[in-house]
Amino acid sequence: MIGPCTLAVTGLTLCLSTSLAAQNPRRASRDLVWGGDAEGGAPFVEADPADPSKVRGFDVEGAERIARGLGSGRSARFLQVQWSNIDQSVERGDFVIGLSGVEETPARRARHAVTLPYFEFREVLAVRPEDAARIHSLADLRGRRVATLGATIAYELLSNARDSTGLLPISYDDDVHPYGDLVTGRVDAVLLDHIIAQRALRRRGGSGFVILDQPVAVGHYVGVLAHANTALRDSVDAVLREAMRDGSLEQIFRRWNVWDPTQGALFDRVLHTADGAAGAARQARTVQAVAYLPSLARAAAVTLLVSVLSLALAVFVGLALASGRLYAPAWLRILTTVYIEVIRGTPLLLQLFVIYYGLSGVVRLPAFLAAVLALGLNYAAYEAEIYRGALEAVPRIQLEAARTLGLSEMQILRLVRGPQALRYALAPMTNDFVALLKDSALVSVITVVELTKQTAIYATNVGSWVVPGALCALVYLAMSLPLSRLARRLERRWRVP
Amino acid sequence: MSALLVIDRLRVRYDTRDVLRALTLQVARGELVALMGPSGVGKTTALRAVAALQAFDEGQIVVDGFALAPGAVPPESRLVPLRRRVGLVFQAHALFEHLTALDNITLPLRHVLGKSRLEAETIATTLLSELDVGTRAGAWPRQLSGGEAQRVAIARALAPDPALLLMDEPTAALDPARRSALGTTLRGLRAQGRGLLVATHDAEFARAHADRVVTL
Repeated sequence: MIGPCTLAVTGLTLCLSTSLAAQNPRRASRDLVWGGDAEGGAPFVEADPADPSKVRGFDVEGAERIARGLGSGRSARFLQVQWSNIDQSVERGDFVIGLSGVEETPARRARHAVTLPYFEFREVLAVRPEDAARIHSLADLRGRRVATLGATIAYELLSNARDSTGLLPISYDDDVHPYGDLVTGRVDAVLLDHIIAQRALRRRGGSGFVILDQPVAVGHYVGVLAHANTALRDSVDAVLREAMRDGSLEQIFRRWNVWDPTQGALFDRVLHTADGAAGAARQARTVQAVAYLPSLARAAAVTLLVSVLSLALAVFVGLALASGRLYAPAWLRILTTVYIEVIRGTPLLLQLFVIYYGLSGVVRLPAFLAAVLALGLNYAAYEAEIYRGALEAVPRIQLEAARTLGLSEMQILRLVRGPQALRYALAPMTNDFVALLKDSALVSVITVVELTKQTAIYATNVGSWVVPGALCALVYLAMSLPLSRLARRLERRWRVP
Repeated sequence: MSALLVIDRLRVRYDTRDVLRALTLQVARGELVALMGPSGVGKTTALRAVAALQAFDEGQIVVDGFALAPGAVPPESRLVPLRRRVGLVFQAHALFEHLTALDNITLPLRHVLGKSRLEAETIATTLLSELDVGTRAGAWPRQLSGGEAQRVAIARALAPDPALLLMDEPTAALDPARRSALGTTLRGLRAQGRGLLVATHDAEFARAHADRVVTL
């Protein structure tokens, strides 16, 4: 007889094996498992509005065309992956090929098996209509804030332009908010692929910003496969050539309104170049780690500054909240308790979004200030509880002794209770401050490029996390270890012998 | 001779239990009154009520003209005159752990009486020397022996120059030699015209040093 326990175990095993099969392309060899990011949206990959469990877009149809072309009755199966992780995931074997507006870069060619280019995009500038007469190229953007998607060719173009023209690159994690912030004036221009720019303009009903005609650069979308998968890559290349020749790729692009004469020219070049048209690009240059050191140092400074300022805010507000919980009248005690519970009970990420984007209708905070506010106010809730606990841990008799000497409540807090509580609070505070230093990495979601974000950009560009990851870890340790040492020294000094 | 402290029919209840019922006593200037009785009889409660650390239910307490009435303990702002009149030495000393012996004494001098650091340190040093712990001024409370800590605590209680000194079980942690030294110290305080109310269950000490004994 099968008991409920056996059933549960069998069910769990089935679930596990199904999800493992989805994760592991070798377990489902008939399907072409391909990775893409549906958050990128149309026309690349988006959830089908008619059936959100399915995806649609020109990359979806491209993947289906490739699967058909590979034969053996293969069909394409989609696996959601974050866009910036496509390279790492394909090497891990999560899927066979990544297709989602993946850009062709020398580093990507050097690290992975990359298909021939199948689409040509233009990096175009979008500006507010009133600026269109003055801004024609990156050179006109000195001192201006220019937004783009992090870890892209566009970001690299802007980084290079920072040094040559003095513009300020602002990195986003998505390609929707840059245009929103352009319209509201948070940034002065956006540099992104023309498909993305046109989509953003359509969404805004064709107003709010204009796209400059003259492209800043030209790039190509490619499929990316694991480094060792060159044989399959060559087969995919053959299918892509066939699709260019028989017009099926053109039909896909036309269906998604992204066909233009430059695609025809690209197809011609690809079909008439023996090795797949990527000859020049395949001369991968080694990305020098040294070249990234200045931007890593800059990002480390941002991390340190955000952390130190947030920390000061957290201590100040935390002390006020803790005093409120212990000394204030009942209504204020309730308010501080609600604040602490709400802040501790909701994700910091959400608070960052609310302060930066949610409040932008009321007050448009600069990203850096929003980051410091969100981190500081979040940690204040945790600090408040540490301080409250520490204040309550001071023996009552110490307070009574102070009272009999004639000290006022305020003096007792300042001269007796506070200093004694500080000793109890020091260890958990240090813990929190080290955590804050690392949590400051989250502020990159509101365009503040700090150490972790800069490392991710660096890692994407060089195609490996080994050196950038190690460097980043070293810098974090260089910042957190002195903090721990200082705390230990203070603890030793304050310890009553 | 007018009484420095008058406790009149003091009643303190915890929940439904009477801890003190109708305690009446007086302490004159220059007089040492021992408050005696076994543990748990309410000696400490009586001292805490006089120091306004503890509410009482019935009766009245008057310290050198300042009266405390039954009911909740008044806010500190209204207790300023009482704080100048009454010093309390806790059984556990309750020295401030984060301050040296000297700073334990300068704290009220500077922040309650508004004396300069120099003035406060001069007074504190004198007090410590008078109590024979002048050499321990820089020590932290936990570095002090039981007897030393007690004398520092007495010095701290005396810093605001109170007319009435309350002491809770001062001999509890003292060896016979120290107990005798404490007697000498208390005699000195009486000679200065201060009144002392000492809660103790040490009958021998009470016999040797108290002017009067009130038994609970």
